Amino acid sequence: MDLDLLGNILYAMVRCGTPLLLVALGELVCEKSGVLNLGQEGMMLFGAVVGFIAAFVTGSLWLGVLMACLAGMLLASLFAVVALGCQANQVATGLALTIFGVGLSAFVGSAWVGKPLSGFEALAIPLLADLPIIGHMLFNQDLLVYLSFALFLLVAWVLLKSRAGLILQAVGENPDAASAMGLPVLRVRTLAVLFGGAMAGLAGAYLSLAYTPMWAENMTAGRGWIALALVVFASWRVLRVLLGAYLFGLASILHLVAQGIGVSFPANLLAMLPYVATILVLVVLSRNALKTRLYAPVSLGQPWKAGR
Amino acid sequence: MHLKKSTTLLRTLAAAIGLSTALSAVAADPLKVGFVYIGPIGDHGWTYQHEQGRQALIQQFGDKVQTSFVENVPEGADAERVIRNMAKGGYDLVFATSFGYMNPTAKVAKQFPKVTFEHATGYKQDKNLGTYLATSYEGRYVGGYLAAKMTKSKKVGYVASFPIPEVLRDINAIQLALDKYNPGTEIKVVWVNSWFDPGKEADAANALIDQGVDVLFQHTDSPAPIQTAERRGIYAVGYASDMAHFGPKAVLTSIVNNWGPHYIKSTQAVIDGNWKPQDYWGGLAEGTVQLPISDLVPADVKSGAEQIIASIKDGSFHPFTGPILDQAGEVKIPEGAVASNAELAGMNYYVKGITAQLPK
Repeated sequence: MDLDLLGNILYAMVRCGTPLLLVALGELVCEKSGVLNLGQEGMMLFGAVVGFIAAFVTGSLWLGVLMACLAGMLLASLFAVVALGCQANQVATGLALTIFGVGLSAFVGSAWVGKPLSGFEALAIPLLADLPIIGHMLFNQDLLVYLSFALFLLVAWVLLKSRAGLILQAVGENPDAASAMGLPVLRVRTLAVLFGGAMAGLAGAYLSLAYTPMWAENMTAGRGWIALALVVFASWRVLRVLLGAYLFGLASILHLVAQGIGVSFPANLLAMLPYVATILVLVVLSRNALKTRLYAPVSLGQPWKAGR
Repeated sequence: MHLKKSTTLLRTLAAAIGLSTALSAVAADPLKVGFVYIGPIGDHGWTYQHEQGRQALIQQFGDKVQTSFVENVPEGADAERVIRNMAKGGYDLVFATSFGYMNPTAKVAKQFPKVTFEHATGYKQDKNLGTYLATSYEGRYVGGYLAAKMTKSKKVGYVASFPIPEVLRDINAIQLALDKYNPGTEIKVVWVNSWFDPGKEADAANALIDQGVDVLFQHTDSPAPIQTAERRGIYAVGYASDMAHFGPKAVLTSIVNNWGPHYIKSTQAVIDGNWKPQDYWGGLAEGTVQLPISDLVPADVKSGAEQIIASIKDGSFHPFTGPILDQAGEVKIPEGAVASNAELAGMNYYVKGITAQLPK
């Protein structure tokens, strides 16, 4: 395989993995606080459509990105009111949010279908972009991809090194104990849910403003669900979320490239490849069940109310 | 992805419930026509064009018809439930608009002999089940001619969905045109295993362009491949709807499906009580396939394309005229013969000249 092709594959891997990474990081923070929000797909779609409309109307891509994040947070705040404020079942609320988001985005976006937009272009970082193999992959991407790198570092730092990360985990492990220590459990959880919403909205904006700059109904095509699964298979560890997202991207790209070269696979096997490869690797990494349990937030998905 | 499956299921379920409640509220007078769509009506491709056809139907008949549709219906068990719901709900005529709805439609048609069904792109008929398709291979052949004239790398790409006869026919038509007008040019095919996934379609387009393709075709339903071609500075041929504004510097032509006339004709036949099951093939001659050719195409090439279109329209030329050999060199259509519709409908091979293997 020549180096150019390898460079192109790695470049495409990062692009393909980026929306998954963004959503999965948001959901990871959310789940670390003990809240399971299955509404990612809906928030992503709503972010995608609002981001597209804002960018189209104002001509400013960054305003589009901002509005997309706010749109994601708006839906997330609905989730927070129902699931945290009223202690409704989180699984049901999340599913409802996805169904709502899919419908709402289609409704809001119906007038914007088929409108072309010039989205984020690649921005090469001088010198670094010329590095062999990794130059193209890491330093010749668009600004939203660079932003995803920064957000990954930020989330990793918060979860692993900061006091805020400890508070988040305390709330997710044992909200009663955390509350007894004087931690504002509901406020922490609400902020985590809102962060998840912003990240899903951002991922939606990445799709509608950078990856394929357009609005088409249901354009996320299940990426929100894949990201949700990634968080679980990554056993709630931030580095593995990154690994899983890019692994999925790599497998998705590889089978497309292989076909172009003339390698032939059975069609169905091919479609399974990204899922199988990602799950296999992450399961192998998590074969130590005890360690995995250590990372899983104990109170995940359980409603909590102060002074119960 | 069980999770994904269950949401699509929930959505179709919700749609079906909405449908049946809407049904009970109306009088029995107008002819009730239902449409089952594979994608969202906002895909700006395949489903979008069917929706345009439904709009044309409403325009033609006004309140003599009452139409509704269910979108995003996955092929398989979900489709059967949606189609059965329509039949049960008092619909007189149901259009099922994706290849994978064939078996569900045939099954439901047997159980509801009084309801008329039409299935797009399939090959199963019954007393109350007809089929219809747009002979997009005619458009593909002309697209293949344009690609042959415009390519510099002698590599043409095809973002494909599933290896079914409809798709293989179109790929073969392009290769036949390439062989004739620029021998040695090859079509490279990438299967994305989806009818609609803009991200994946763009990835496939990029993978093909990275490998030197400079004219891109697609057999998927979103404009993402066109957009990718525009960004990467190569040519493309749109599919299903006119995609020119997604790639003003890329799109040579689009193979546009115009379903309105057929929907109007079939509905009129059902109203008049003289509908008969048939296998309707509409192409360039019938206006079911339209080819708006861009000004990117030089005048001499354009007039060449127009000549081919004219010869297909008047029947003097058929893209699948023998001799046509498969990859192994076996004669599939003998010299001088023209492929029958049955042969075209069951096409399950690549023609000679395509080097990649057909996925099984």
